[in-house]
Amino acid sequence: MNPYIANTPEDVRAMLDVIGVDSIDALFADIKPEHAPLSFDLPAGLSEFEVMERLRRLAARNTGALVPFIGGGYYDHYVPAACGAIMSRGEFYTAYTPYQPECSQGTLQALFEYQSGICTLTGMDAANASLYDGGTALYEAMMMALRITRRQKIIMDGGVSPIYRKLIRSYTHNLHIDLVETPVVHGQTDRAAVAGLLDKDTAAVIVQNPNFFGAIDDHADIAQQAHAAGALLVASVYPVSLGLLKTPAEMGVDIATGEGQSLGLPLNFGGPYLGFMAVRKALIRQMPGRIVGETVDAQGRRCFVNTLQAREQHIRREKATSNICTNAALCAIQAAVFMSLLGREGFRRLAQLNLDKAEFARQTLEAIPGVSVKRSSPTFNEFAVHLPRDAADVVEAMIPRGFAAGFPLGRYYAGMDHYLLVAVTEKRTQDEIRAYAAALAEVLA
Amino acid sequence: MKLIFEQSVPGRQGFRFPDSDVGVKAAVAPKYLRQAALAWPEVSELDVVRHFTRLSQLNFSVDANIYPLGSCTMKYNPKFTEKAAAMPGFADLHPLLPQLKGGERYVQGALEVLYDTQRWLGEITGMKAFTLQPLAGAHGELTGIMLMAAYHKAQGNRKKYIIVPDSAHGTNPASAAVAGYQIISVPSDRKGGMDIDKLRAVLTDEVAGLMMTCPDTHGVFNSRIAEIAQLVHSVDGLMYYDGANLNATLGRCRPGDVGFDVVHLNLHKTFGTPHGGGGPGSGPVGVTGKLAKFLPVSRVVKRPDGVYALDYDQPDSIGYIASFYGNFGIILRAYAYMLMLGGDGLKATSDHAVLNANYLMHRLKKHYQIAFDRICMHECLFSAAKQAEAGVHAIDIAKFLIDQGIHPPTVYFPLTVKEAVMIEPTETESRQTLDLFAEAMIRADALAKADPDAFHAFPRTMPISRPDETKAARDMNVNFFASRA
Repeated sequence: MNPYIANTPEDVRAMLDVIGVDSIDALFADIKPEHAPLSFDLPAGLSEFEVMERLRRLAARNTGALVPFIGGGYYDHYVPAACGAIMSRGEFYTAYTPYQPECSQGTLQALFEYQSGICTLTGMDAANASLYDGGTALYEAMMMALRITRRQKIIMDGGVSPIYRKLIRSYTHNLHIDLVETPVVHGQTDRAAVAGLLDKDTAAVIVQNPNFFGAIDDHADIAQQAHAAGALLVASVYPVSLGLLKTPAEMGVDIATGEGQSLGLPLNFGGPYLGFMAVRKALIRQMPGRIVGETVDAQGRRCFVNTLQAREQHIRREKATSNICTNAALCAIQAAVFMSLLGREGFRRLAQLNLDKAEFARQTLEAIPGVSVKRSSPTFNEFAVHLPRDAADVVEAMIPRGFAAGFPLGRYYAGMDHYLLVAVTEKRTQDEIRAYAAALAEVLA
Repeated sequence: MKLIFEQSVPGRQGFRFPDSDVGVKAAVAPKYLRQAALAWPEVSELDVVRHFTRLSQLNFSVDANIYPLGSCTMKYNPKFTEKAAAMPGFADLHPLLPQLKGGERYVQGALEVLYDTQRWLGEITGMKAFTLQPLAGAHGELTGIMLMAAYHKAQGNRKKYIIVPDSAHGTNPASAAVAGYQIISVPSDRKGGMDIDKLRAVLTDEVAGLMMTCPDTHGVFNSRIAEIAQLVHSVDGLMYYDGANLNATLGRCRPGDVGFDVVHLNLHKTFGTPHGGGGPGSGPVGVTGKLAKFLPVSRVVKRPDGVYALDYDQPDSIGYIASFYGNFGIILRAYAYMLMLGGDGLKATSDHAVLNANYLMHRLKKHYQIAFDRICMHECLFSAAKQAEAGVHAIDIAKFLIDQGIHPPTVYFPLTVKEAVMIEPTETESRQTLDLFAEAMIRADALAKADPDAFHAFPRTMPISRPDETKAARDMNVNFFASRA
């Protein structure tokens, strides 16, 4: 039965009396007998400890502790315990969208702090209170650019995550949009290709920094060209890199989005994650999703509310800036805790550790005969390695040795079967990196 | 309360990383480096924990308050599902692992969770196949409409319109619009159901489908649903089921059996996963057999040898709609919830959700104008129009309730009812709690008659009184640093 139902048989009888019917069944009279379920064949219920035991067994059927060198936009960063502790507070996780600001100031202020934290991280003027994840945030940015410019063409850099590109392809399938992609190049954005495609129909150029292959870029020149053509520059950025790297605002980006998983969220087999979006001031009213704003109460005390709601679906219906309602508020609050814990110095150190360890790994891997790393563009904590064999086979052989060795690029790119994308976060130790290199050498030998 | 940024003290640290053990100091060329200083606060771990703990205490929540927010299904979120989702074997799993060669071997436990969840949701709704990828209800709607578009395209039909009743959630028309459709709105009849004659009048070959919430946001189960489905199917339109209100009909009616072709569910409503202050949610989408081949990739399948796998080889699929396999952490909680309740427990859920709503309706109907005087499903809809004549509006009653430690019901929605007060108690509240709520509502009515002016000061017990929302929209102060620049 259902252990979360409180009413006793006596309660039920008393309640039915008040209602004036003799059974619960009578309350379902609007459902005609011929509309009853043809089947409702579900397992019998279990007790809490039986369920937990079953889940423990299932968890054990997932691969155990592999040392991860796999990234692709989702990284094995350390999650401070305080992040989980705050997120586990029922006052946060069992509340809902703060429709009633007087009894929701906790969520509202935390989201305002999150928005402000994203703004100083990206240099942008305003952020929303979260979107689902990095991929859907980029899709929303594209839709926003189409709306603002009233143009139909999108230029997508080949360095944008192949997962994001596939996703945007599906969403635009039924819309009248000209989505063109620049050729995939290993390193930085292909300037000539972008310039050749940019025209008066272009709504936006979409780039990613660092790109899927790990290459760092400075897109300021592309921003200038896009703006000269009346188009926007949209950038998907990796938050941890911004501890050191040039911000989207400093490059002239109009809409910055990204995956916030690396701001204190576990990998969770793909979600829940956190999509963030930040824009220039002029674009705030075109931004999708909830936005928390500061105001005062009747006594003049500072407080926070959901604001600019006239953009949203519950007011504007089919004319809204997006259909989004439920977002990733709890993940955003967890990110706010993460930002507060690390602070400006902790975050800079985190970024530097990622950079240093990746550089060490790069040098160590390059020393293996037959392994080479392209060095034409700078990278942050992830880089593509060329192997003498099919990378998918190599990764498979590395698993029994205890390593998730990276992501074989042949999975998404024709002709790149020998390339392996290797991610190195602050958690990887010198010993792990050396052991990884030794195992790789053994597999390749 | 001070913002965390206002508590910053130069040099203070909340988290320390170890020194680098690799002996390499890497540098990036200056042109790639940020110039602007990052302004995250410098505070201790205790500062952070105390700050966010205090913030949390400014919230109402299901854990601390009755939260009868209509159409949101704010039921109790079992604690053990939180523990389940935090198990390292699930929480630390990288989403790209199954995309490695033979990678399904590394995630069999996780894929089994996804597979069984798909299967059970299919059985609960009478749908042939499910995708768990949509990351929230509205995302499910968009996915569902894209599936409908793919179906019509495969049939060689050009369809332009999606019909949406006027009582629908705003996400319905918004999702259909984002997917490229134009919207036709159909009014409700006087009993709260969809006006079938008005529906007939707008049905043409250009209609791609009808989006319905069933029971709808009036709390009414449309007993002519099969007739409506037949009408829509007669123009080769598809029936879309918005599962926001599934908590009313578990084990009583399955959308698939009464003519729906596509459904989305909100795991954070019916299946007990937390609402998180506004997310993350999860919005799985189920379809009948004729639409299954269009579902997004990857599909979670069980091979004949019993191995769970991800199938990307779906030539008719609409493609990727999410980066991975859905909000796995949320799906896992819903899976645990279904395991615990079983079929009987799920049916009991709806029995008591509907009982509780009808009980409240009867306790309050002498005091508040009832929107539609009939049996309701899992939520009951009132209008505060009578009180509004005395100057006490739905919002004023909401603020009164806050002072009673009660999270207000949904107000001013659905848009079809003036001064709407929409109450969804859910099955997890006891009769005694419902009585406390009803008595507070009755006191509000009495006070509205005796002293309507008193309401302007409510709420009085909260850290803040009513905020100036106009100022918020006008000033657009949405970033601490911008306002101080």
